[in-house]
Amino acid sequence: MEKIFSRPKSLKKAVFHYCPGCGHSIIHRLCCEVIDELGIQDRTIGVPPPGCSVFAYYYFDVDMVESAHGRGAAVATGIKRALPESIVFTYQGDGDLSAIGTTETIHTANRGENITAIFINNAVYGMTGGQMAPTTMLGMKTTTSPFGREGKYEGYPIKMSEILGQVQGTCYIERVAVNSPANIRKAKKAIKKAFQCQLDGLGYSLVEILSPCPTNWKMSAIQSVKWVDEVMSKEFPLGVIKDTTGKKDVN
Amino acid sequence: MPPVTYRLHAKKTMSAPDALLALLSALKWRLRFTVAKVLMTGNAAIGEAAIRAGCQCYFGYPITPQNELTEYMASNLSRRPGCTFIQAESEIAAINMVYGASVTGVRAMTSSSSPGISLKQEGISYMAACQLPGLIVNMSRGGPGLGSIAAAQSDYHQSTRGGGHGDYRTIVFGPSSVQELADLTHRAFELSDKYSIPAMILGDGMLGQMMEPVEFKHEAPAQLPVRANGLRGAKGRPSRFVRTFTSNPAELEELNWSLFRRYQLLQKNEVSCENYLTDDAQLIVTAFGIAARIAKGAINEARAAGLKVGLFRPITLFPFPQQQLKELAKNTKYFLDFEMNMGQMIDDVKLSLEGAGEVAFYGRPGGVIPTSTEFLRVITRLYYQKGLS
Ligand SMILES: Cc1ncc(C[n+]2csc(CCOP(=O)(O)OP(=O)(O)O)c2C)c(N)n1
Ligand code: SF4
Ligand SMILES: [Mg+2]
Repeated sequence: MEKIFSRPKSLKKAVFHYCPGCGHSIIHRLCCEVIDELGIQDRTIGVPPPGCSVFAYYYFDVDMVESAHGRGAAVATGIKRALPESIVFTYQGDGDLSAIGTTETIHTANRGENITAIFINNAVYGMTGGQMAPTTMLGMKTTTSPFGREGKYEGYPIKMSEILGQVQGTCYIERVAVNSPANIRKAKKAIKKAFQCQLDGLGYSLVEILSPCPTNWKMSAIQSVKWVDEVMSKEFPLGVIKDTTGKKDVN
Repeated sequence: MPPVTYRLHAKKTMSAPDALLALLSALKWRLRFTVAKVLMTGNAAIGEAAIRAGCQCYFGYPITPQNELTEYMASNLSRRPGCTFIQAESEIAAINMVYGASVTGVRAMTSSSSPGISLKQEGISYMAACQLPGLIVNMSRGGPGLGSIAAAQSDYHQSTRGGGHGDYRTIVFGPSSVQELADLTHRAFELSDKYSIPAMILGDGMLGQMMEPVEFKHEAPAQLPVRANGLRGAKGRPSRFVRTFTSNPAELEELNWSLFRRYQLLQKNEVSCENYLTDDAQLIVTAFGIAARIAKGAINEARAAGLKVGLFRPITLFPFPQQQLKELAKNTKYFLDFEMNMGQMIDDVKLSLEGAGEVAFYGRPGGVIPTSTEFLRVITRLYYQKGLS
């Protein structure tokens, strides 16, 4: 019998520690499939963050170096500059990339560092127990916005991808989601395209991924995938935000 | 400790114009120093010494009084073949770039002055945790806060006690001349690689900005050094990761022990100091860096007046040359610690002496530069107060 589905080579044989229904595990798999398909496993260096994905190096079968919270873009810059022939990606949460690491992210993008960022937007700080993130929806209750996020008091959901779209050094930015088979397929295409941009030396590429966090959203897995469609993607519309490649996709 | 070996860079293929440019820049660089000694600022001397030590990457952010170093690297490192210079968006970014570069096994450095060094502490702690070598230069200035841009030694505690969070130290050097800045830059890279511990040069605004003749004792390596344990992609070997976070405290305890054992080895094998006129001294001044230069002037005058005064100058500030100082207490009872702060190294002086001598203190904080005449008065007063002859 022909085997038509198996674990990607770049994904270690390990049991994910993520909660049931969490988007991180899907995204890990997608990244690994792309790394396999592009044949870059032996020259890829990943930079995971503090956050729920801090143990990403237990799953990705590529060289990895943990960064300090928010500093992934700077660490990736150092790696890529020291070793230009490597393929470098950061894996960053929304707290990591759009709060504490905003500066590093914008300036790395502005220098057009030839790296790829996988940006997981789950609208909360997952690892530390569901506190408000800069991406938290208005009205959403978290442990640090217990009355529901109010723009005038707690600020507004920040659109890092749109901001980065304005930055000259970026070549490709797309927002996708991993809440349905169709969206997962689109997410994979986007990730592949982002890595391809790096292989082509085009500059900073980023894929923002709306990713369910049932645990901190206090929803079932099913409710949370629906919520991504019904609420989250209204605030964070899916689609290409910037594309200077001139190519539609790389498949 | 993992053994550190080097493997040489695979030669990258270059286009003909690039190769010509590379050749020209290499020639230009060689021609620059045909004489043994050149007159340079301390900041520039560090830059030149770092390039000659095979430093491949420099990342920095402007702050006085170390800008000449950043500028030197912009002019002399940034377009060197295989090398990188980035003016980062902050000191936090700069140290994290050093971290990223170092993880690939290359020699990397950053420099700053006191307020910027505070921002780097997070990154230094992570480098210590990941056992990553690298050089951090602090041309320190008066503090606290934004402070003053004048030379001060107020960061001694921060530098020698780790500085960031967690139980770690860095290897710290306290040079006192432009020549020593150059020599110690080389040594800092070597020791940092050998022990897999970040190294720091603690200078000050005066050392950084003054010009002195300097001789460079090393030629830049023909090929940039790369540590064999660098992360450079899992080609022909299983993938590896470098991390600091663990859910197992016992593992972290083992790391702390491993670091601690290396600090002990450093203490045993690598400390250095200068003893100046200490053999017959009745009173020994302890001072480091630029303060030691000022102290020497005062001591020379005191000697001319017949006072038997000497100087103990630690060159490694961490580890501190404890035994070497304790040794001096066999013949001398009185010590006078002199610093450009309110008394920080004096803790190490007292810890080293273990009560074997009496320690007085004189210091000027905030960036005020004491003169040797002023310090001579302090020496003279103490000398006669203690009834020395
Ligand atoms: C300097 C610093 N501040 C705070 C923390 C604590 N911390 C760890 S992960 C995290 C945020 C995680 O949120 P996010 O980046 O959105 O990732 P997620 O867990 O949601 O995937 C925080 C605040 C830290 N590790 N370092
Ligand atoms: S807390 Fe949320 S983000 Fe973290 S593992 Fe669980 S579901 Fe995923
Ligand atoms: Mg998050």
